[in-house]
Amino acid sequence: MDLSEASLRELRDALRSRRVSARELARFYLDRVAAHNPALNAFITITEAEALAAATAADGRLAAGEEGALLGIPMAHKDIFCTEGVRTTCASRMLEQFIAPYNATVVERLRAAGMVMLGKLNMDEFAMGSSNETSHFGAVRNPWDLQRVPGGSSGGSAAAVAARLVPAATGTDTGGSIRQPAALCGVTGIKPTYGRVSRYGMIAFASSLDQGGPLAKTAEDCALLLEAMAGHDPRDATSHPEAAGTFAATLDAPLKGLRVGVPEEFFGAGLDPEVAAAVEAGIRILAAQGAVIKPIHLSNNAHAVSTYYVLAPAEASSNLARFDGVRYTYRAAGVEDLTDLYQRSRYEGFGAEVRRRILIGTYVLSAGYYDAYYLKAQQVRSLIREDFRQAFAEVDVIVGPTTPTAAFALGDKAQDPVAMYLADIYTIAVNLAGIPAMSIPCGFTAGGLPIGMQLMGNYFTDGLLLNVAHRFQQETDWHRQRPALASAKG
Amino acid sequence: MAFDAEAVIRTAHLARISLPAAEVAAVAEQLERIMEMVEALRNVPTEGVGSMAHPLDLEQPLRPDIAQNSDRREALMQNAPAARDGLFLVPKVIE
Repeated sequence: MDLSEASLRELRDALRSRRVSARELARFYLDRVAAHNPALNAFITITEAEALAAATAADGRLAAGEEGALLGIPMAHKDIFCTEGVRTTCASRMLEQFIAPYNATVVERLRAAGMVMLGKLNMDEFAMGSSNETSHFGAVRNPWDLQRVPGGSSGGSAAAVAARLVPAATGTDTGGSIRQPAALCGVTGIKPTYGRVSRYGMIAFASSLDQGGPLAKTAEDCALLLEAMAGHDPRDATSHPEAAGTFAATLDAPLKGLRVGVPEEFFGAGLDPEVAAAVEAGIRILAAQGAVIKPIHLSNNAHAVSTYYVLAPAEASSNLARFDGVRYTYRAAGVEDLTDLYQRSRYEGFGAEVRRRILIGTYVLSAGYYDAYYLKAQQVRSLIREDFRQAFAEVDVIVGPTTPTAAFALGDKAQDPVAMYLADIYTIAVNLAGIPAMSIPCGFTAGGLPIGMQLMGNYFTDGLLLNVAHRFQQETDWHRQRPALASAKG
Repeated sequence: MAFDAEAVIRTAHLARISLPAAEVAAVAEQLERIMEMVEALRNVPTEGVGSMAHPLDLEQPLRPDIAQNSDRREALMQNAPAARDGLFLVPKVIE
């Protein structure tokens, strides 16, 4: 059995039948991390000693007869989830030395399920970016081409799964930050319905948009992970009372009669022809399984990026006000007075993109501009949600590309914020509405770069999306392709 | 033009970010480009459209007014860059 290709079910079976121990499995993946992370930079922190201790504890639970779907299986967290005793940096200089005094609910739940954390994954600073280039710890490399970006902001998560450094990872998605890197790295990822996964202990970027979710090799693996991650949490005021769900049991439901909407607006100018062709071929595979394909419209999608770049920075400027040089580790040296302390700590502690977004957010919320920008954007957000409401009266799922192009070159858009923002043109509307969506591999460019297909569903139809994705993955093997890594070790 | 140098300096002060004078022009240009993109919203008809602050129409949940937090002052203050006797230290504010 190739442990790096095994599904979570296969790993569980191997652990249960003692063909492999949790400790051996942790060792196997830690060795892969040691061999390949130097080239990829997917991890910010590797927690080898803690991982081996957790694996030993999992072996004890297995020996005691405990049966959990995830017990003893290695994983890694995006470095936005607070981990007690292990630093949580959010890929920022501001939090380079921050040790959270508590665990995020997601961390707590996956730990209780017996998963073994191998470390903390690289990301764009404070999750603000679509290429992972804004990380204080350097860019993550795309395992399919080391000169290209992995996407962002959960770029470390997507790259680590693609390179088989972990069988599973967590990510967060505020405007596409799970789906876009999943697409660019050829892995499967789901942004659940807003309110499914607790935001407690997940460092806030834009609170009305942020949602945590899993990235893994397959939809089946994502279903098992999401079952463990989702659930009502009284410590998060936006956690939904019906947040919990079972997703694995319905993966095999047939697609006959499924109404699939294809939004015309997602196939216009700006979409790379190779991406379009791969997604169109993917839609034909759904049709061949009995799905009924219908053209639909999401006419306000054109305004999604503009709306997002008012609302997300506004929320971020407020959320990041707490990083003031007084409470969270970083403080500028040699300050004159308290105002100087705030201002210089925030200038030095935040990178250029984070500062840019704080300034935009501060501006749109400032006196005299609130109605023109913030209120207006909230109204357009209503229109975007209404587009989805109308679409879901006619169809069960919406399918389109996840990204306009495959992975772009490192440095390509780094100097042009607006060009970077447009990389999320197909993913942002989903966050504004709060509906679930996922990205699954659906092909490759002629140059050998993965292409992602996006599935979007109505509120709380996460299980249906995973079902459609799983059936698609029974008919295709795009998700089984893996990058050839330079060092063959491990 | 929304973002000239003066607007950048004013906004940076509101955000408590000290921007070196040498960076102001470049930041102004980037913010101006972003705001140009955002300006497109002005042309979207929204008369009578409600504003949406949040995806879920949930009531703010309440819990019984009973203290649940234990005293973790020491643990919570360990990340402070400067602290003493359970207090955050900052430069002198009042002469």
